[in-house]
Amino acid sequence: MARVFYDEMYDANGHCRPHYQEFARWLADTPPELLAQRRREADLLFHRAGITFTLYGDEQGTERLIPFDTIPRSIPASEWRIVERGCIQRVKALNMFLADLYHDQRILKAGIIPPEQVLANEQYQLAMQGLDLHRDIYSHISGVDLVRDGDGTYYVLEDNLRTPSGVSYMLEDRKMMMRLFPELFAVQRIAPIDHYPNLLLDTLRSSSPLDNPSVVVLTPGRFNSAYFEHAFLAREMGVELVEGADLFVRDDRVYMRTTAGPRQVDVIYRRLDDAFLDPLAFNPDSMLGVPGLLAAYRSGNVVLANAIGTGVADDKSVYPFVTDMVRFYLDEEPILKNVPTWQCRKPEELSHVLANLPELVVKETQGSGGYGMLVGPAASAAEIEAFRTRLKARPEAYIAQPTLCLSTCPTFVETGIAPRHIDLRPFVLSGRETRLVPGGLTRVALREGSLVVNSSQGGGTKDTWIVED
Amino acid sequence: MLSRTASDLYWMSRYLERAENLARMLDVSYSLSLMPQDGRGDGLDELAMPLLITGTLDDYLNRHGELHAERMLNFFALDADNPASIYSCLAAARSNAHAVRGRITADMWENINASWLEMRGIAEQGLGRYGISRFCEWVKERSHLFRGATFGTIMRGEAYRFIRLGTFIERADNTLRLLDARYEMLGEEADAVSDTSARGYYQWSALLRALSSFEAFTEIYRGSPRTRKVTELLLLRPDVPRSLRACVDELNLMLGGLPGDNGRPAQRLAAELEARLRYTGIDEVLGEGLHTWLTDFILLVRQLASAIHSSYLEAA
Repeated sequence: MARVFYDEMYDANGHCRPHYQEFARWLADTPPELLAQRRREADLLFHRAGITFTLYGDEQGTERLIPFDTIPRSIPASEWRIVERGCIQRVKALNMFLADLYHDQRILKAGIIPPEQVLANEQYQLAMQGLDLHRDIYSHISGVDLVRDGDGTYYVLEDNLRTPSGVSYMLEDRKMMMRLFPELFAVQRIAPIDHYPNLLLDTLRSSSPLDNPSVVVLTPGRFNSAYFEHAFLAREMGVELVEGADLFVRDDRVYMRTTAGPRQVDVIYRRLDDAFLDPLAFNPDSMLGVPGLLAAYRSGNVVLANAIGTGVADDKSVYPFVTDMVRFYLDEEPILKNVPTWQCRKPEELSHVLANLPELVVKETQGSGGYGMLVGPAASAAEIEAFRTRLKARPEAYIAQPTLCLSTCPTFVETGIAPRHIDLRPFVLSGRETRLVPGGLTRVALREGSLVVNSSQGGGTKDTWIVED
Repeated sequence: MLSRTASDLYWMSRYLERAENLARMLDVSYSLSLMPQDGRGDGLDELAMPLLITGTLDDYLNRHGELHAERMLNFFALDADNPASIYSCLAAARSNAHAVRGRITADMWENINASWLEMRGIAEQGLGRYGISRFCEWVKERSHLFRGATFGTIMRGEAYRFIRLGTFIERADNTLRLLDARYEMLGEEADAVSDTSARGYYQWSALLRALSSFEAFTEIYRGSPRTRKVTELLLLRPDVPRSLRACVDELNLMLGGLPGDNGRPAQRLAAELEARLRYTGIDEVLGEGLHTWLTDFILLVRQLASAIHSSYLEAA
């Protein structure tokens, strides 16, 4: 199959693109032994600092390193400004959609989204209906996953509005690159990103009507796969990292247990799913949450970031409507494109999907982390047949998309430097204003030909540069 | 500071201090077991001492049935199923540190993490190949290093105070127990008018060495160790860092510097204990009966530990 991939560094004729030229010159001048030695140094530093993640399903709960690739993913600033505007536009529309959905539901009444698509969705939270949030913001921290097709066009693959993770790797990758290769930062202007924790704290503080709210990060605990990131962000922001048991609710107010007695908490940056937040309101078996939290939240005495019930807007069955949301709420044309999507719940679209499985990517509408998906071109005939059975049994649980070519970027692999597929996750912060630091997390699929970039599936990361052109 | 954070810091240093104390205990018992013995002469009673002191002898007997040198050593040092083994203490210390790694310095975290990784390597090799004395030295050295990294890098705030509290509660308890056990081991000989027997000499000097106080003893008292002098040194001297008095002084100092009113019960108790030691002479202690006095004080230290718990570590 002759597929055309867009390579971030080289054009179709094999010429280096302008924004990579400084890097290419440096790469040609640097002895391979030195590069290899720096890569080993990076591994050692990541290990010593314990920048790790835990893999679910691994009996030993081993802490693993996410592979870090030293060849950066570079984007010209002029191109980035378009992506940035597109992300801001999209997240604004999504926040307006959530505010509308949990109040007047104008978009349903206008017939733009079929009501059953959202109201019957598991992620729709009745408890949020009619509740007013400060600044009408639901998703304070959003991760927008972008990929590029064969001609270089950016597409939004999915929106992450619950508890998007990965920002700590974005920051640590940059620190590591600056430490290993400072000379690269001297010869060109690469936009800084280190102020992200500062912006995050500002966003969290502005989510509360109070002047000087007390902010905490709520983690499920040290056995969670992203615990490193929770601890990292709390430390960088200088706020407490709390677990459910550190908090309690009295008279609809949330307090944390401190050595100097109870102290009231105003904003909770929670890295815990809705279902685990409050055993009285949601999953009664949850040991991770805080009994009474929902009541305190509904009384307006505490802010949760992100709000409860944002999952209904990043659900893959709602995804096809996001471009319509942009038009409906902002009266603007969407800057970023959606990947064309077949909704398997519709019989005519299902039959198209079933007939073309080997060419398509099929995903669970509520899945994440690259689990439970089929990549048609990479699957065996047996895998496709097994998936066909599951698809027929519960068509409403799946969507399908054409297999995107996904751009490639040169990457260090065992045999030297070779192109590997990448994506991009910028982190959008919504508070007093909607903004993001330049760039995001670039994930790379290290296996040859693989299109799955998730760290749980053997993906690595790269530093992401926005280079002034 | 979050109560849970304070609790993790406190237990991190308690477990590390405990690991160090266990290694000290093991070291002295192992070297004494190699000496010519009274009674059975196989040194097994001596090797069982650390198990007796830590209250794990029954657990050992249930599992292994009889006193057996190699098994006892392994049970005490490396057995992951024995929650009181040196191995388990280091595991617990590292786990507590992991939970608060945002609150300790990178130097401290990397140090304790490296200790744990090396501990696992030693456990794989086994004590026989690594060497018992070498192992005890290693544990002490890692504990010294961590304390040094802590002292040299952490801000003098609440975190520092809770770390110090953990260390000195554990150390006070340990000094009391070790002294009690050695005193009991000597039996009537300890109270004899002329306790100059070779056995007495070895017992007391082994204890002094286990508590790194042998040099202090020779400098202050000269001559061979006797019950009265050893006891005075280990209980009442403020300038010997592992003495009871030094531990209680430090506890009192640390508690006094903590903010808030909810710690009053713990602060009061620490101040009382400090005053009591300051104004007690060794004749009073021996007059009351050393064993009785020690037993009372072990209880008081335990009361102080639980006052710290209820005031700070599980505060609501």
